[in-house]
Amino acid sequence: MLIQLAWRNVWRNKRRTVITLSSIFFAVLLALFMRSMQLGSYENMIRNSVEFYSGYIQIHKTGYWEDKSINKMMVESDSLKATILNAPNVEFYIPRLESFVLAASDEISKGIVVVGTAPKKENRMTKLADRVQEGSYFKSDTRGVMVAEGLANYLELGLGDTLVMIGQGYHGVNAVDQYPITAILKFPNPQANDNMVYMPIELAREFNSALGLSTALVLSVDDIDQIKNTKQHLISKLGSEYEVMDWTEMQPELVQLIQSDNAGGIIMLGILYLVIAFGIFGTIMMMSMERNREFGVLVAVGMRRRKLSLLVTLETFIIGVLGLKVSLVAGILLLLYMHYHPIPLTGNAAEAMLKMGIEPIMPFSLDPMIFISQMLAILVIVLVCLAYPLTKIMNLKAIAALKH
Amino acid sequence: MSIIKLINIDKTYNPDTIPVHALSDLNLEFKQGEFTAIVGPSGCGKTTLLNIIGGLDQPTSGKVIIDGTDLSTLDRGQLIDFRLQNIGFVFQDYSLLPVLTARENTEFIMQLQKQPKKKIKERVVTLLREVGLEDKLNVYPTKLSGGQQQRVAVARALASKPKFVLADEPTANLDSHSTSDLLDIMLKLNREENITFIFSTHDQRVIDKARRIIMLEDGKIAKPELVKQEVI
Repeated sequence: MLIQLAWRNVWRNKRRTVITLSSIFFAVLLALFMRSMQLGSYENMIRNSVEFYSGYIQIHKTGYWEDKSINKMMVESDSLKATILNAPNVEFYIPRLESFVLAASDEISKGIVVVGTAPKKENRMTKLADRVQEGSYFKSDTRGVMVAEGLANYLELGLGDTLVMIGQGYHGVNAVDQYPITAILKFPNPQANDNMVYMPIELAREFNSALGLSTALVLSVDDIDQIKNTKQHLISKLGSEYEVMDWTEMQPELVQLIQSDNAGGIIMLGILYLVIAFGIFGTIMMMSMERNREFGVLVAVGMRRRKLSLLVTLETFIIGVLGLKVSLVAGILLLLYMHYHPIPLTGNAAEAMLKMGIEPIMPFSLDPMIFISQMLAILVIVLVCLAYPLTKIMNLKAIAALKH
Repeated sequence: MSIIKLINIDKTYNPDTIPVHALSDLNLEFKQGEFTAIVGPSGCGKTTLLNIIGGLDQPTSGKVIIDGTDLSTLDRGQLIDFRLQNIGFVFQDYSLLPVLTARENTEFIMQLQKQPKKKIKERVVTLLREVGLEDKLNVYPTKLSGGQQQRVAVARALASKPKFVLADEPTANLDSHSTSDLLDIMLKLNREENITFIFSTHDQRVIDKARRIIMLEDGKIAKPELVKQEVI
C-alpha cells in the first residue's frame, strides 16, 4: 500500500517530477562523464608512464634508488628468483642493468642512459619493439645497440654506424667499447628520445664488468589493484637487503600531478552534487509543504507519524533511484562508447601530451567506483534532503495542520 | 450507556498571552446510536469540541473518557492508534487522498488497521454501495462531485468500524441536493447499523434532521439540549 501510494504521490505533479528527474539525470550524467574522463586520463598517464619504463614494482639492492650507483647491484640468485616468482600477482620480471655513460660519434659526445635488458621480456611489458623505426628489434645474443632517434640525430649516427661508449663499470673498472647500431627507436617522450640506448643485458653486464648482476628487477603484475599486497609480501620475504618500490614511489611527480588535478575534479563534482541536492530538496520541500493539511488528515484518521515518515522516505527514494537509474543506464551506454572510442587530441594539446610520453587521446575509465560513488552520493543527498520533511512530520501537530 | 463522557472540559488558547476561552466547564455525555448536531455561531467552540472528543486536541483541564479510556492517559502514538480503532472522521473539505480511487480511499483506513485483504474488499464494496457509489469504485476524487466525495469520506470514516463518527461541518461545501442525499445516507446508517454520529454544523437542514441538538455559545451549552423523539 505504502509503495503504491508513494509512487502515485511522486507522479502527482508530473511536470515537477520530470524537471527534478531531468536535473538529476543531467547532473549525474555530467558527473559520470567528467569523472570517467578524469580517471581515464589518469589511467592513461599511469599506464603510459609506468608501462613505458618503470613498471609497477621494482626491486633493487637497498639504497640503489637514492644514488643510482652502479656499485649497488644485486645477484639474480635462484632463491631471489623463486621468492619473486612465487609472490602473489607476479607474472614475470625483467632484469635490467642501467648505467650512465658518455656516448660519442666521431666528433660529438653526450651523457646518456644505457639500459641492458632481456629483449623478449622487455617487449612483453613495455612493447619496446613497437618503437623500432629502423633496423630490427634486438635479441639476447645481439652484439649491438638500439639507439633512440633524437640521440642518433644529435650524434649524427644512423643504422649500421658505430656508437662509442665510455663509462665507469662495476667497482671502478673502465667501461669502454664500441657497438654497431642495430635499430633506431622513437620515443614520444623527448627526454627518452634524446638519451636512451638499449642493449641485451648480457652485453651490458660484459660492458660494465658485472657478470650476473642487475641494478633492478622490474616486475610485471597480473592485477594492478593488488600492487600494495604484492609489495608488502615481497618486503616481508626479501628483508632489508633489498628495496621494493611501487610506481607511486618511483614516480612521485606523477602522483602529485594526479592528486592536484583530482582535487579540482572533486570540487567540480561537489558543485554538481550541490545542484542535484537543490533539485531534490526543492521538490521534497514543495511536496511536503503543499501536503501539510493532508499529513494532518492522515495523522488524524490514524496513520502513525512513523508510517507517514516512511511514506515520504519512499517518495524521496523513488525520485532519487529513478533519477539515478535513468542516468546510470544512459551513463553506462555513453561511457562504454567513449571507452572504446576515446577522443583523439590534436594540435598543441596532442604535442604537449606526446612530449610527456602520453598517448594523445582523451580516454574514459569504466572503473566501477565511478558509478558506485555516484549512487552513494545520490543516496547521501536523498538522506540529507529527507531531514526536512521528516522533521516536519515528527513535529506535526494534526490540529494545526488541519487548519491549513 | 455513554460511550463518550466529557467531564469539566475547559479549553483556553494562548493561556500565557491573550487567553481565549474556547470551552468552559463543559460536561457532556453521548450514547451509542445518537445522531447529534452541535450547533452555534462561528467561534462558539464547535470545532474545538469535536477536536477534543476526537483526541486531536487536548483540553486545558477536564477529562475525555471514551468507552472507558481516559484520553489523557494515552501518549501521542497510542492516541493515533486509538483514533484509528475507535473514531471515524468526516471533514468539511472531504480530505480524500487525490491519488487514490474511491475504493482505495475507503480501503486505506482498513489497511492501516491491518485487516485481512478479503475482509477489506468485501466491506469496502458494501460501504460504497451503502453510500450509493457502487459504480464509482475506481474513480479518482477529482472526477467526483463534492457530494460524491463527501459520501466516499463517510464510507472511509465507517470503514474502520468506529465507535462513533465525528463530522465537522460535513455539508458546508455541498448543494442542497447533495446535502439531502448525504444526510439520508447517514441517517440510514445511524438507524440501521446504530452508528453514532456527532456533527458540528450551522446548516439548518442538518439541524432539522438531528435527533439531539447541543447549542453552544461562547464555549458553553447555551440552552437546554433538544432531544427529538423521532427523526423528522
